[in-house]
Amino acid sequence: MSTENLEVGYNSRIEGDVIVSKADAVINWVRKNSVWPMPMGLACCAIELMATGAARFDMSRFGMEVMRFSPRQADCMIVAGTVTYKAAEVVRRVYEQMASPKWVVAMGACASTGGMYRSYAVMQGVDRIVPVDVYISGCPPRPEALLDGMMRLQEKISQERSLTQLTKKR
Amino acid sequence: MTLSFETLAKQFDSLTQRPSSDYDAFNVDADQLVALCEHLRDKEGFSLLVDVAGIDWNDQSPRFSVAYHLYSVIKQCYVRLVCACVGDESPEVPSIVSVWPAANWHERETYDMFGIHFKGHPDLRRILMWDDYKYHPLRKEFPLAGIEDELPAADVRERVDANVIAAPMMGGPFYAQAADHMSQREPSAADQSWAESNPKRD
Repeated sequence: MSTENLEVGYNSRIEGDVIVSKADAVINWVRKNSVWPMPMGLACCAIELMATGAARFDMSRFGMEVMRFSPRQADCMIVAGTVTYKAAEVVRRVYEQMASPKWVVAMGACASTGGMYRSYAVMQGVDRIVPVDVYISGCPPRPEALLDGMMRLQEKISQERSLTQLTKKR
Repeated sequence: MTLSFETLAKQFDSLTQRPSSDYDAFNVDADQLVALCEHLRDKEGFSLLVDVAGIDWNDQSPRFSVAYHLYSVIKQCYVRLVCACVGDESPEVPSIVSVWPAANWHERETYDMFGIHFKGHPDLRRILMWDDYKYHPLRKEFPLAGIEDELPAADVRERVDANVIAAPMMGGPFYAQAADHMSQREPSAADQSWAESNPKRD
């Protein structure tokens, strides 16, 4: 009597503890599920950022709860708030202290475009000084919007070609 | 009226009354400002300096004046002093940091925004804009959008290839339209037909 083998997928009892995959897929899977964000809290968006990290919205569900306040231990800078020309220097310096691979999220209207500040003092979008991966609209964005933006960043990370092509950034 | 103008005017001959819709307001000359402030603090109980603000009168002379708001916690009333600056090119008034230390940052801000020099200030530096900034943004001749300039730090400027730009006003300034319902009163520009990527055609 023989049983028909209906299993299509991988069976560790038969094949042993081996998984065959692409290196890119594994590396990206590791990276996207442990994004360590650094809060660049510059204005009121940072309050929503704090709410996103706290119990009610709980960013740790997506593997991003390890907020690091040192750029050397972080790999995603969340620019939350108004970037003035005076602060732009600091934002750039902090960005350069982060180790690659690194990503930047522009959270809210001000970080994305200058927002309501059409002003002599405010940089009209942080993408003028750092390469931005995800822009999040809102003034400030609700925590759900930030979570959505961070999940889109995860999608983006999962599609990167980490081994074959070094990400070219400024 | 909690202050007697006549009594004060006997001691400070440059004092004049200033039209005001709320509380007592006086004009005072720069050379009597510090003495008047000390008198108001010690004899009249105005222990709290609430605000220091600059005013640019544009074409008039004296062009700049500085307004001080004082509060007495005992009498629970305000008094406003306005002092015209000496000189229109590089305006100057005496600093009152010696009377109220709270004036320190207020005067730095007024210096930053208007270029008014406070004589005797212990540390007159810019407070909002960066140190090398060349302009005084709240002066009347300064355009609303700002003036093109270089970013503060030279090494960062080199790496990012970005500048301080005149903000795209997109038909602004932005103001709330008069409308019945709040949802209709979203601030918007009068002319929204142009943007940074789509410049205005004259």
